[in-house]
Amino acid sequence: MRTIGIQELDDIALGASLLGSGGGGDPYIGKLTAMGAIKDCGPVRLLAPDEVADNAFIVPIAMMGAPTVLAEKGVNGSEFAVLADMISRYYGKKIDAIMPIEAGGVNSMLPFAAAARLGLPLVDVDGMGRAFPELQMVTFTTGGVSATPMALTDEKGNSVIFKTITNKWTEELARAVTTSCGGSVSIILYCMDGKTMKQYGVKGIISRSEALGRAIREAKHGTGSPEDHFLTACEGYKIFRGKITDILRETRGAFNFGKALLEGSGEFKGESACVEFQNENLIASVDGEIRATTPDLICLVDTETFIPQPTDALKYGKRVLVVGLKCYEAWRSPEGIELVGPRYFGYDTDYIPVERRVKGVEA
Amino acid sequence: MRGNSFRLGVDVGGTNTDAVIIDDELRVAASVKIPTSEDIHSGIENAIKTVLAESSIDRKLINKAMLGTTQCTNAIVERKRLTKIGILRIGAPATVGISPMVDWDMDLAAVAAETAIIRGGYEFDGKPLTEFDRQAARAFFEACKGKGVKSVAISQLFSVVRDENETEAARICHEVMGDDVYISHSSKIGSMGLIERENATILNAALFDVARAFTEGFVSSLHGQGVTEADIYFSQNDGTLMNMEAARRYPILTIACGPTNSIRGASFLSQLSSAVVIDIGGTTTDFGILQNGFPRESGVAVTIGGVRTNFRMPDVISIGLGGGSIIRENGGIVSVGPDSVGYEITNKALVFGGDTLTATDIAVRMGLAQVGDPSKVAHISQDLAEKAQARIIEMVEEHLDSIKTSGDDIDLILVGGGSILLPEKIKGAKKLHKPDYFAVANAIGSAISKVSGVYEKLVSFNEVPREKAIEEGKAEAVKLAVNAGAKPETVEIVDIEDVPLQYQPNNTNRVKVKAAGELA
Repeated sequence: MRTIGIQELDDIALGASLLGSGGGGDPYIGKLTAMGAIKDCGPVRLLAPDEVADNAFIVPIAMMGAPTVLAEKGVNGSEFAVLADMISRYYGKKIDAIMPIEAGGVNSMLPFAAAARLGLPLVDVDGMGRAFPELQMVTFTTGGVSATPMALTDEKGNSVIFKTITNKWTEELARAVTTSCGGSVSIILYCMDGKTMKQYGVKGIISRSEALGRAIREAKHGTGSPEDHFLTACEGYKIFRGKITDILRETRGAFNFGKALLEGSGEFKGESACVEFQNENLIASVDGEIRATTPDLICLVDTETFIPQPTDALKYGKRVLVVGLKCYEAWRSPEGIELVGPRYFGYDTDYIPVERRVKGVEA
Repeated sequence: MRGNSFRLGVDVGGTNTDAVIIDDELRVAASVKIPTSEDIHSGIENAIKTVLAESSIDRKLINKAMLGTTQCTNAIVERKRLTKIGILRIGAPATVGISPMVDWDMDLAAVAAETAIIRGGYEFDGKPLTEFDRQAARAFFEACKGKGVKSVAISQLFSVVRDENETEAARICHEVMGDDVYISHSSKIGSMGLIERENATILNAALFDVARAFTEGFVSSLHGQGVTEADIYFSQNDGTLMNMEAARRYPILTIACGPTNSIRGASFLSQLSSAVVIDIGGTTTDFGILQNGFPRESGVAVTIGGVRTNFRMPDVISIGLGGGSIIRENGGIVSVGPDSVGYEITNKALVFGGDTLTATDIAVRMGLAQVGDPSKVAHISQDLAEKAQARIIEMVEEHLDSIKTSGDDIDLILVGGGSILLPEKIKGAKKLHKPDYFAVANAIGSAISKVSGVYEKLVSFNEVPREKAIEEGKAEAVKLAVNAGAKPETVEIVDIEDVPLQYQPNNTNRVKVKAAGELA
């Protein structure tokens, strides 16, 4: 166990924006929420997954809705207690610890606020190891864990418990309620015991996020090239480096579809690349050849500062490094690929791990 | 010199204070450059006095006077002369999880004398979040009054969608605290994103005394020189003007007007409305984009004095390249800057008899400029000079390319004293323009500024079709520009933006329209 104070939050938030792989929302507003909670209630205890008993009751906390709305409304702060109380009563069990469900983007930070306000420890684990757009897209789904009973509350005090037949239904119903409640709500879902958390969760992801944040911050301080330093520290695969020459966008349903076209520089001079996204980056190709696909992480970072660039901030002329990070092992299983692989998002290609793709190995 | 009326434009920069006089056909009648004084005020006074003497026109014929100043920026960065204020946020039960100023430095957060978050505000679609708590608002203003507060910052949840609670709170504030209380409204200052908008509103309120000092200071300087008939305006960071009353109310909007004025001045001098403007000074070079006659706004949050805000700022890239940039050679590699001899160039550069090799020396050696004594740089090897010049051009071309909005070549306008560093040909530039009076582009930008109106709202394109939403936005923006003092027949739409909201069904978009016109 160790404690996380305001100092550590900065690196974790920066790392979380990289794990967002272009989506997940800006962690800034989440970081302020966590800072406020830690100022009021003290630092958060962070538990390694193995420190948690098999029969412990663990609940993930997240926000659902539009990050733009969250950036206006924030949270009340009492949502966490409302949710915890609803879930405790429903299950007839006391909550032992909180965990994030999504370590990428804004949802990386809100569990810190919840843990601080509830006086509960936070477990160093999540269900994605990155950000994904739909709530069934968690490793626990592959383990047969249900998203429901799921508790939802808004800042006004309206609250709902969902019990659904599939996780897809949960997504559908919860999305509708979220809109009626004003576009941004707090939720508890995928409640589980310690044993399940250890079996299916992405362990150590908060520590990894912190290490990634540090890698970004310190890239320029090492010896040798900052880019090599950054890539080594984040265990990233260089897919492309170049300038954005065009951005094509389109909105369908709750999602922003689009693609970024890039023109190479340095050793990529003369080559062109394309990164397609649906909130998160999903597929990257160089000269028409696929170099990485979901569920591996495709991150666009500034070539000078290595600050991750979200898909809604991409614009012509921006110089970026396209980096591939290996996704969590379990995503590479047939069940994982079915849930979050390229075909789920409508790309007619098999999943091949990024470490093989970047070497040009075809299926 | 013709004309019956004149404009006087003044721009205060870090190094120099510029002043120009322009006739009613917008021709430059006189221009001066005076070192900026430590107190700023006496530098302004000196610049006005000098430019008037140079033009020898009847001072009563000056009917408009404009000032672009850095006093607000300085006050925030140096934490000087800031006022104790009251901070009211209307948005509970939402927003309470993040207190105002939660990530501010302690010394700056000390501006808060009284803070409260009360019930009220709206949802993104304009539904009330909850009933506005008038009693709590009244109690807050009573507490402020009790502490002798004279300036308050009022922010409201989704005030860019609907701001009725903010307006009503202001009315209650006047009832309780009297007519003289100085009220900063968030809906008039920032855009979407409550915390950043509130931050800008708080800074605005804290600038109460500074605003009074620089507005009244300008008036007294003008009157002191016999300029008594002029309407007075102040430059905003979006390239338009505010009148005296608006500047008193929204001093925060003057932040970063320097780069904006230089871009606008460059536009006027070159008669171009779309171009990249490169302003090369002694230490840094600023790259800005001119779009429809205005600077392109930045899409990212702007931080001032360590505080994140979201108010209007030009999108400018600054790099460490200027006339005074120090040139070094190390193992055949030639580097330029980022350090500079700065204002000491006149005794440190080789051409001026100094001992430091600067970018200006390279320009003289390569025959691009004639300053100082060329014989003092004759010994520099052709190889070194060419490499240094190639590096300077490479730095400019690289940043030119990254600020451009498309791959096509674009017009380039070069202003600032350091523009002698560049040759006639730059990759990515269609044509290179070096206009007359390039050295005082900032003051000219201030003098020729327009007035504007900005409309911003969240709209569901499923309920209101995109075309209709944009048409409504245009009409509103034009109305706002006319209210701000524009001649109706000159008002044009200068910017339209619609961006979809992520993870949000109903095809909700943020629609923003800006209109601007000439001063009536």
